[in-house]
Amino acid sequence: METIKTLDITFNDLNWKIEYSPERCTMCGSCVAVCSFQAIEAGVERHSKTVSTARQPEPVQQHKAVPVIKQVNGLANACVGCGMCEKVCPNRAIKPVRNENTRAGVLGRSGGTPIKRGGRNNLIKDNTLDKIVVGRISQMTDPSLDAERHTFDILAPFGRVLTPGELPFSTAGGELKLNSSTPPVNWIYPLIFSDMSVGALSTRAWEAICIATAYLNEKHNMPIRMCSGEGGMPVQLMKSEYLKYSIIQIASGHFGWNRIVKALPDMKVDPAGILIKIGQGAKPGDGGLLPAAKVAEHIQAIRGVPKADLLSPPNHQGLYSIEESVQKMHLSLNAAFKFRVPVAIKCSASATSVSVYNNLLRDPYKICGGNEVSLDHTGHPVVSKVRDCYQAAVKQGRQGQIPLWAGGGIGLTGNAAADAFKMICLGANGVFISKLLIQLCGCVGNEHGRCNACNTGKCPTGICSQDHRLVRRLDVDKAAQNIVEYMLAFDMELRKLMAPIGNSSLPVGRSDALVTTDKAMADKLSIQYAC
Amino acid sequence: MCRIGAIKSKVPFHPSQALRLMLPQQEGHDNSGFAMVMQDLDGVFAGYKDKPLLSLACTAHGAKLAEEYMKAQNFVRDFEWVPKIDRRPGLDIKAMPLYMFRCYDYPEEYQNVSWQEKEELLLDTRLALRRLLEKDDQGYVFSFWPDVLTLKEIGDPSDIATYFRLWDDNGELMAKNVVTQCRQNTNYDIVRYAAHPFFIQGYTLCANGENTFYTKNTEYQRSLHRGYNGFESDSQNFLYTLHYVLHELKWPIKYFKHVITPLPFSEIEKRPDNKELTAIRQSLAHLEINGPNTIIAMLPDGRMMTCCDSKKLRPVVIGGDETTKAIASEVCGLNVVLPNRNPELDVYPNEREVVVITPELEVQRWKQ
Ligand code: SF4
Ligand code: SF4
Repeated sequence: METIKTLDITFNDLNWKIEYSPERCTMCGSCVAVCSFQAIEAGVERHSKTVSTARQPEPVQQHKAVPVIKQVNGLANACVGCGMCEKVCPNRAIKPVRNENTRAGVLGRSGGTPIKRGGRNNLIKDNTLDKIVVGRISQMTDPSLDAERHTFDILAPFGRVLTPGELPFSTAGGELKLNSSTPPVNWIYPLIFSDMSVGALSTRAWEAICIATAYLNEKHNMPIRMCSGEGGMPVQLMKSEYLKYSIIQIASGHFGWNRIVKALPDMKVDPAGILIKIGQGAKPGDGGLLPAAKVAEHIQAIRGVPKADLLSPPNHQGLYSIEESVQKMHLSLNAAFKFRVPVAIKCSASATSVSVYNNLLRDPYKICGGNEVSLDHTGHPVVSKVRDCYQAAVKQGRQGQIPLWAGGGIGLTGNAAADAFKMICLGANGVFISKLLIQLCGCVGNEHGRCNACNTGKCPTGICSQDHRLVRRLDVDKAAQNIVEYMLAFDMELRKLMAPIGNSSLPVGRSDALVTTDKAMADKLSIQYAC
Repeated sequence: MCRIGAIKSKVPFHPSQALRLMLPQQEGHDNSGFAMVMQDLDGVFAGYKDKPLLSLACTAHGAKLAEEYMKAQNFVRDFEWVPKIDRRPGLDIKAMPLYMFRCYDYPEEYQNVSWQEKEELLLDTRLALRRLLEKDDQGYVFSFWPDVLTLKEIGDPSDIATYFRLWDDNGELMAKNVVTQCRQNTNYDIVRYAAHPFFIQGYTLCANGENTFYTKNTEYQRSLHRGYNGFESDSQNFLYTLHYVLHELKWPIKYFKHVITPLPFSEIEKRPDNKELTAIRQSLAHLEINGPNTIIAMLPDGRMMTCCDSKKLRPVVIGGDETTKAIASEVCGLNVVLPNRNPELDVYPNEREVVVITPELEVQRWKQ
């Protein structure tokens, strides 16, 4: 017997156990090679075997040393359940299984460090949006439209919208004339490829999303915009025509901002917008962290930093109030782009999102663009938060002035169009998707603790790693194609949802189209209860 | 669904004409009510055209409350016309005990103020009376405006006409403009306030179809103006939008259509006025309508306007001769009131068109 102490960590303490059939295994080694976590290794075990080698059955029991694939004991190399070994095994000899008696939650804090995880929340038990259905279907009196035949106006504003009374109009000869310019507003597709930074994503994943964005714009006339993360942008992209499809994010880390500023004179086109991140649900408390392991050479170049853990603080240091940050944005970003580019704020869904939103609605500078509420682990679920923001605007008669963009959980169960449609009926102008994109690039993670190792640099699908051996696993063209195809289906599904309620333009705030079978949800969201 | 119609004439006519316009379209309404707004009055009201006229249906107690309120506000009653009711049994009407149409002199302190101030006073008075009578269902105030009379009731339109003796063309009740509606109540409770035409500060409007953006429109309009209230019908939204665009924003009339049924972005882009149209579309996104609707509106200056939704899901037709023009949901109505017109000149506006009948009976059409 191997000497084992009860306090030793073995694989049955971990979240995932490897189920392995030595009789199927031919020891090809594919699984060991593919496992980026070194969670399995080749080894030898002494097995009791019944063998019969003669012509007639003459079974004898023998003890034999056999080569096997073994799970590595220990937290550092814990299996994350990504299933790559299962995927590559030609003989179906190996697969990870969830260990319901896992002790990893308790043991994982060894060394005095908190548990780190990727971008996925492991707490989501059920999906709010799935409990809402479109209850309003046209009858005789309000005919439905035809999703294939009618034209639909599927666009959403990104930028600050003035109240009708504030429009600088003069009248002459029965015509209205705009006398001076108004804040820039871009009408774009109501779905933005969300801000995932260079650094967090691999170059190939970024490339795939960029290609898909350009393709959808140029071949399919879908004005989709892609938002950079806070990690700056490749200079090449900033100097290219494709910048017009990009929204540049700036956050508390100000990564790459000096490069953006330096690239300004060489920009051929304006970006589609600027997004200032003042909060993000996915990175509560500490702010974001890009571990040193992922700060490869090209990331150092893009961000303008040395190889080190890169922290984006949870707040903008030096800005102590929303009013102040509004002023700062006013001065720097609008001026930088000569007031041609809408500037938006991204905040996390939290107890204070409505206050932030109210501040933007009332701000005297009239410069803020959109407002995105994003959520992951901490803070409020995004659905009711967006609804609260919309209703705060309704109370002041200012709905639509600061367009609301909802991010977090859209497309979680694969049905992004239905989710987006419901969010729009609840008051959002559009949605952000991110995890869905990486799923289309092949991410195998889920909200139930599968993989979620995006922070380790060992992403088994090459999506969020800077290790070129792993990055090579990602087929850029196929990933881009997956995104394009999903978006084409999304667009058709959105029409198919708009058609039966008889609307050819987006039903922003048309909450009467929704019903829910959950009474508490009906009350909270002020939508109809049905049973 | 409702059927809507309007008649505009150079010579005053009797409301029985409006009924004759509407009754042939009976297949399209369910006999659940009749309503009309008359403007540019003649007959018994000919001498009181500049005096605000209160159109009221109420109980005896309601009448007393209204009377006391008007007195307290220093309005002085100048003239009253009470319809002679035909109470024969068997009529399908849910009548109120009293109907009265009263012309008032402005309060002393308002005699010499600007028209703008008078407009606000009249609106506030109507809203106050409405609130006062709403309690315990004591009555309904449909309009309070010079030279405008409103009658609304629940029941079979021809029985309602019999009840108010609207068939007897005795010269008492006459007007040059009438906007009218027979309703089919598919969506909401049958309440008097839900019957169009609706009226606010000289603007009258009726609509048919369903306003699928009712919730959006309503939520936005509630905070736009104190007079935008009630919302008993999804057609009120159109009136408030009309009033907001023309009266509050003071935009030229053609922009109303751009607000309710904005052009698709792809079309806006190609137009020389794309900056203005984009600004309008984005700032007034919540006043857009996006369902099947036709509207008929009457403006304070007596112009009538009609247009329909952006897919022309509800039709409307305009026809007439030198002295009279009429608008109706269905042409069979026109055939009855204007049998001798040249039907080849009838106008069936398309989804982007607006038709206006001027006080001189000129028919103006333009594309949005
Ligand atoms: S499931 Fe993934 S992490 Fe676990 S052993 Fe297989 S390849 Fe390695
Ligand atoms: S992105 Fe990579 S590391 Fe993160 S969950 Fe997906 S497959 Fe795993």
